Amino acid sequence: MEITRRHLLVLLPAAAVGWKFVLAGTPEDAPNYKLSEHWWGMLIDIPKCIGCGSCVRACAQENDVPEGYYRTWVERYHVTDYQLERPQVASPDGGKQGFPPNEIGGKNFFVPKLCNHCADSPCTQVCPVGATFLSPDGVVLVDKTYCLGCRYCIQACPYGCRFLNPKTNTAEKCTLCYHRITKGLTTACCEVCPTGARQLADLKNPKDPIHEFLRTHTVQVLKPQMATGAKVFYDGMDGSVR
Amino acid sequence: MQIPVEGFMYPNEVELQWSVLIVLYPFITGLVAGAFILASLERVFRVDAVKPTYRLALLTALSFLLVAPLPLQLHLGHPGRSFEMYLTPHSSSAMAMFGFVYLWYLMAVLLLEIWLDYRRDIVVKSETSSGVTRFIYRVLTFGSNVISERSLRIDERLGYFITLIGIPSAFLLHGYVGFIFGSVKANPWWSSPLMPIVFIFSAMVSGIAAVMLLYMLSTRLRGRNVEIGCLDKIAQYLLYTFLIDFSLEMLDLIHRIYEADESFRSLDFMVHTRLWMSQVIVQILLGTVAPIALLGLTQVLKFTEVVRKRIYALAGCLTVVGIFAMRWNVVIGGQLFSKSFLGYTTYKMGFATREGLLTAIALMILPFGILWILVKLLPPWPDSGSIPALVTPPAHRTS
Repeated sequence: MEITRRHLLVLLPAAAVGWKFVLAGTPEDAPNYKLSEHWWGMLIDIPKCIGCGSCVRACAQENDVPEGYYRTWVERYHVTDYQLERPQVASPDGGKQGFPPNEIGGKNFFVPKLCNHCADSPCTQVCPVGATFLSPDGVVLVDKTYCLGCRYCIQACPYGCRFLNPKTNTAEKCTLCYHRITKGLTTACCEVCPTGARQLADLKNPKDPIHEFLRTHTVQVLKPQMATGAKVFYDGMDGSVR
Repeated sequence: MQIPVEGFMYPNEVELQWSVLIVLYPFITGLVAGAFILASLERVFRVDAVKPTYRLALLTALSFLLVAPLPLQLHLGHPGRSFEMYLTPHSSSAMAMFGFVYLWYLMAVLLLEIWLDYRRDIVVKSETSSGVTRFIYRVLTFGSNVISERSLRIDERLGYFITLIGIPSAFLLHGYVGFIFGSVKANPWWSSPLMPIVFIFSAMVSGIAAVMLLYMLSTRLRGRNVEIGCLDKIAQYLLYTFLIDFSLEMLDLIHRIYEADESFRSLDFMVHTRLWMSQVIVQILLGTVAPIALLGLTQVLKFTEVVRKRIYALAGCLTVVGIFAMRWNVVIGGQLFSKSFLGYTTYKMGFATREGLLTAIALMILPFGILWILVKLLPPWPDSGSIPALVTPPAHRTS
C-alpha cells in the first residue's frame, strides 16, 4: 500500500495513541516504593498445604527457573509413631506435579521450602565479591552480572536453597519475586496457592496480619540452631522437619 | 545425566558443586606449604642434613604455587570475573582473601627468597653464558649485578628474614584453605575449628614426602647417589609431622564419635559406604597407618641403606596418595550427604570436560613441567658444579 500524506496524517496520531498503550504495559519503576519501609518475610501454614505443587510451577514459570532446579519446592513427610529423627521424606521433581497418594499409617504432611531470606545469612557472608547481598528491605538477592560462579554460597546455605543456573553460570535462588513485591503485588507462589498456605509478610508494616498471626500461633523457623535469622515462619511445623 | 540418589536430598543438592578441581586446590597448596617448611628447616633451624633439598624444595614450592590458582579459575562459572576479588573483595568472606594470601606468599615470600638465594648464580650466569640464555639471566638479575661479599651477606640476611616471615606465611596459606572449609557451619563434615590445623599438618606431611621423593628421583636421574643422612633426617621429620597430623585427625574423629550429634548417624553411614574405600582403606590404612608404621620401623630397627631407601620411597608414595585421598574425602565427601541428613548423592566425574579427569591429570602434570624448566634454569643441586667460580666483579660494580 502506498502511504500518502493523508494516510500519514491519520496513522501518526494512531501510532502515538498505540505507543502510549504499549508504554502502559511495561513495568513501572515503582517510584513510590521505599526500601526502608519494608522488611519482607513469608508465612507458611503447614496444615493448609495440600501438596498440589502450584507454587512450584508458578515460580518456575514466573522466574524462568531451569528444568531440574528449584527456587521453591514442596517436601512430603511421612512420620510413623515417635520416629521424629527418621522421617520418610520425598520431593519428586520438587513436588512440581504434586505427589502420589499418601502412605498409610503415621502422619503425612507437606512442607513448602524456599530461601529463608535470612537476616544473618551465611550465603551473603561467604560471597567473595559481595554479589549476593541482603537488600535494605530484607530480601537476599544475587547480582548475576557480578557473580563469579564460585558456588561458595551454595555450600554455605544450610537449607539447600541455592543452585548454579546452567544458563547464566551464576548462583540463583528465590528472590521473593522482588520484581513483583516492589510493585505492590504478592509473590507468584503466594498468588497461586489455592489454600493460602503461603503468605507474603511485611514485618515492618504494622497493619500486616503477620503480626497478629505470630502473636497467636506457635511458629518456628527451619534449623533455628543455625542462627541465620531466617524470615520464613512455619506454623504447625513438626519436629521431624529438616 | 541421572545421578543416583539414596534416601532424600534437597532437590538442589543432588548435583555436586565442587568437583575434583577443588580437591586439587588444597592438595597443591598443601604441597607448596609443606615444601617451603622443609626448606625453612635448613635456613632457619640450621638443620644441615637436609641442605641438599633446600633449593629443590623452594623450586618445588614455586612450581606448585604457580599452578595453584588454575583449578579454581577453571572451576569458576565466570573465570573472567575473578579479578573482582582483588578489586572489590567482600570483607566478610573467607574466600575473598585468597588472592591476597596467594600474592603475598608468591611475591613477598617465595619469589623473593628464591631470587635472593640464586642471585649470585644468576649474575654469574648472565656474565658467562651467551645468546638467549644470557638474555634470560640478565633479565632475572633485575639490574642487581653486584655480587660483592658485602652484598651477598645482605642477600643472606634478607633471605633469612624472609624465611622467618615465610614460615607463618606458609601456615597462613594452608591454614587459610582449611578455614575456607572449616568455617562452613552448614556442613558438619567440614565445620570444625580443627580443620585449619589439620590442613597445616597434612600439608607439611605431603610437602615433605613430595620433596623427599623428588630428591630421590632427581638424584637417580642424574646418576648420583642420594645422601642417606639427608634422607634419614627428612624421613624422621616426616614421621614426627605425620604423628601429629594423625593424632589431630584421630582427635577429630573420636570427638565426632563420642559427641554423636545430629549429623553423626548420617556421616557414619557415609563413611561405612560411599567413603569406605577412599577414607578407611586408602586414606587411613594405606595412606597413614602404613607409612607411619614403615617410617617407625626405620627408627626402631637397623636396616641397610638400600632397604631404608626403598622403605622411604614406598612410605613417601603412600603418604602422597593418602593426603590426596584426605583432600578428596574432605571436598567430595562433604557434598555426598544431604544437609537434611536423610540421604546421599553420587559424584560423577566427567572425563574430557572442563572439570573432568583429564583436566585434573593435566593440572597435576603441569607443576612437574614447570619444575623441570626451573631446574634447568636454576639448578638446585649443590654438587652440580654448573655455576662457574665467582668471577671478580668489574671494579665499577663493587661497592
